[in-house]
Amino acid sequence: MTPPALSAAELARQHAAGTLAPRETVERAFARAAEVVAGPAGLNAILWDDHEAALGAAGELAALQHAGSRPGPLAGVPVVVKDNIATLTMPTTCGSRILEGYVSAFEATVVTRLRAAGAIVIGKTNMDEFAMGSSTENSAYGPTRNPIDPTRVPGGSSGGSAACVAAGIVRVALGSETGGSVRQPAAFCGVVGVKPTYGRVSRYGLVAFASSLDQVGVFGRTVEDAAIGLGAIAGRDRYDSTSADAPVEDYVGVANGSLDGLVIGRPREYFPDSLDARVRDRCDATIDALRQLGATVRNVSLPHTELAIPTYYIIAPAEASSNLARFDGVRYGMRAKAAALRDMYEGTRSHGFGPEVTRRILLGTYVLSAGYYDAYYKKAQEVRALIADDFRRVFDGGVQVLLTPTAPTPAFPLGTKSDPYEMYLSDIFTATANLAGVPALSLPIGRVDGLPVGGQLIGRHFDEATLFRVAFALERALGGSAHQ
Amino acid sequence: MSATVAAPASAKYEMVVGLEVHVQLRTRTKLFCNCSTQFGDPPNRNTCPVCLALPGSLPVVNESAVELATRAALALGAEVHEESIFARKNYFYPDLPKGYQISQFDKPLATDGGLVIGERPDGAPLRIGITRVHMEEDAGKSIHDRFSGASAIDLNRAGVPLIEIVSEPDIRSSAEAGSYLRLLKQVLEYVDVSDLNMEEGSLRVDANISIRERGAAKLGTKTEVKNMNSFSGVERALEAEFARQVAIVDGRGTVEQETLLWDADRGTVRPARSKEGSHDYRYFPDPDLPPLRLTNEWIARIRDRLPELPDARRRRFAEEYHLGAYDIDVLTASPRVADYFESVARAHGDAKTAANWVMGEVLAVLKNTGAPIQQFQVRPADLATLLDMVRAGAVSNTAAKRIFALMVQTGDRPEQIAEREGLAQVGDETQLASWVDEVLSTQAAEWQRYLAGEKKLLGVFVGAVMKKSGGRADPRKVNQLLAARASG
Repeated sequence: MTPPALSAAELARQHAAGTLAPRETVERAFARAAEVVAGPAGLNAILWDDHEAALGAAGELAALQHAGSRPGPLAGVPVVVKDNIATLTMPTTCGSRILEGYVSAFEATVVTRLRAAGAIVIGKTNMDEFAMGSSTENSAYGPTRNPIDPTRVPGGSSGGSAACVAAGIVRVALGSETGGSVRQPAAFCGVVGVKPTYGRVSRYGLVAFASSLDQVGVFGRTVEDAAIGLGAIAGRDRYDSTSADAPVEDYVGVANGSLDGLVIGRPREYFPDSLDARVRDRCDATIDALRQLGATVRNVSLPHTELAIPTYYIIAPAEASSNLARFDGVRYGMRAKAAALRDMYEGTRSHGFGPEVTRRILLGTYVLSAGYYDAYYKKAQEVRALIADDFRRVFDGGVQVLLTPTAPTPAFPLGTKSDPYEMYLSDIFTATANLAGVPALSLPIGRVDGLPVGGQLIGRHFDEATLFRVAFALERALGGSAHQ
Repeated sequence: MSATVAAPASAKYEMVVGLEVHVQLRTRTKLFCNCSTQFGDPPNRNTCPVCLALPGSLPVVNESAVELATRAALALGAEVHEESIFARKNYFYPDLPKGYQISQFDKPLATDGGLVIGERPDGAPLRIGITRVHMEEDAGKSIHDRFSGASAIDLNRAGVPLIEIVSEPDIRSSAEAGSYLRLLKQVLEYVDVSDLNMEEGSLRVDANISIRERGAAKLGTKTEVKNMNSFSGVERALEAEFARQVAIVDGRGTVEQETLLWDADRGTVRPARSKEGSHDYRYFPDPDLPPLRLTNEWIARIRDRLPELPDARRRRFAEEYHLGAYDIDVLTASPRVADYFESVARAHGDAKTAANWVMGEVLAVLKNTGAPIQQFQVRPADLATLLDMVRAGAVSNTAAKRIFALMVQTGDRPEQIAEREGLAQVGDETQLASWVDEVLSTQAAEWQRYLAGEKKLLGVFVGAVMKKSGGRADPRKVNQLLAARASG
């Protein structure tokens, strides 16, 4: 794999300086995509693209700059976005048959902001249908392969975006998180993935899976790429009532910050005996590196961690069962031919949704039903509060960042996790941050049998800056060993 | 309000009724998006990604809807809560774009209100409790009869803000239901939150009704009756459903819990086509909307800005204008009529005369034209001037009615009309004397009888003079002249 030689920052700098034409950069990205993505052996990472619009945008950008317009931090930088994020010129299908051919009438706030920062959206990436999955095998348009080892999954559900960054097509990509769907594929593909604090980034235009957990996340080839990407999309949006009015810090500006005196927590529940020994070794080595950078490391406990997966698999399907009710064949997307209304609903939804989505809608409908609500949904919300309290207690106790493995194992081979519950356990270390709403970031910390291992940093609400400060320092300290 | 409650229809049973009233709030835009709420626009014109439920769209609460809902709740005596929660009510229907309605469930905007609709036989106030007032969005409209073999959906109404006002089951007769609804509508009209137009659907009433033997504490099985399009329709539907349930129970049958539709033409209820199975709306808090938080200061500010409500206004009209109960009821039925009356009364000074004119002439014209009083051509100040002219003797009462009719037509001022039409009262002695002479010469025999003591004939002469003058003669002066002739 040859990554693009230039970082997002360097590309933007050269585009602004006029030493490199954005059009050339965009063409190079498409060329790289053509090399690795298409064909039966290809990565199948990109579902839809729009060369004409992308090249047009590149030309426009150059013209604007010529006219004296200030170039943005992502001037002319090609990006891809997950297919559950609404775009105007390409379809937004969420990897589902039910939205085949659907083109949004409006644009997601994050896409508008990316474009305002100068980025050029060149394609929409493959994903588990409606973001439900951890391997990108649940796409109606076929699985995505891992660029590091094409026999393996890229992780999911944002596997297409992770693969595009790992394969050197783009430096920055958007994914979405509900239980780890950016961090886990980032770990599997050896790139950086950040899930911001709930409310940090607008969800307007992100097709909802589980609204109280969903958050747009960013992939970067490097920590800096991811920091620039998040900086471009973060901030309050009046079209999303759950977006927060918290000031957005300069995530790149913390690049050279010191870790002296920083308190890092090592939560014991994330290092169970069953953890792959080599993953544990990589984490321990990372902790050593943090110590050498001046940080203090404390063993801490987040006692409700083991409840995260069952809690998640009540709350997320419950919200999904309601969020996905709008896909009824009435206004857009697929519609089954039928004489009676009920038959139309059933035909549309049973043919339009794949098995995992169907499973979760059924599960969610069940846990919200009269007579079960208190035992499941309400109880799960109570446990969710306990999980959030775990984090609060540790952070109030002086810990600033937690370090954990991102996933219990490296990327697994395609087609090997047929038991849904086994697949769900893939998110065991990531779902907690979504339930608590705290920010988290995965970065490469080494390899096992040539497969990338991700280390996860979890921080306080709206303190992405500290996560980036630690990630920048670690990335420098680990150097080449992060990818070996 | 002095509601007289009709005698019960059955000696053995009583009805137990609770009403659910949906009121469309008069906002410019919808509850969760910026689409217009204009009624009657071409189908689906007033739609956007949010109210079409396009994937990825999100709701944002319309603050003016919250303000109107709060006004309404406070006017109904309810407690408005600092925190309320929007919840999703999940069900599939083609005119419900999201597959759920955003409503409020276990934490509504306001609870514990009520309206006093009259007095009990023992003099205690007859109060109908209001359980809750909550906000929700309207659904769209399904049109089944426009296209053959297909239904059409109009989503202009989808997302329009509503409040639902749920009463306690405190209503015991159809007349009480009518009184409650009329007072509820009046209060909401006073606080100006809705068009309250039942035909356009901006006010809708559903009734829950059960029966029980008088004196029994336990409630019977209730049915829900829908599809009433007037208050009298509600009263008739309740009577019909009461009779139906009484017949069932008397025949030792069991009342089924079901939804019924009122058929106004036939005067009967019939079962609604049952939707699939029993409803399980799977309510849960809408994760797209944070809890609605209002400060007590804000709520207090809304309360301070409430206008005078019907009860207070009635009391004041009695004290300030010394009007009778009937006059007060008529004049305060609508706040705008009451405002109009007060403007005339204050400008003219004689409240009783002002009341008579507003209740008589003004309301008659409005009834004929069907126009609301805010569009009435005669400004209160002009009507007061006309009444002043009558009091001063400048025009006769008869002439005043003609002048008023012309004011309605032209919008001109009364002095101008009186001048133009020659309707100013004639007080000129010479002119009056010549009319009196003419009358007495043609009615010489009657005049002799009058002089001989048949005093009641005086009115005949006055009337004849008035007629001869075309109504312009000043009757007071005519009387004086005739008296002078008789004694002279």
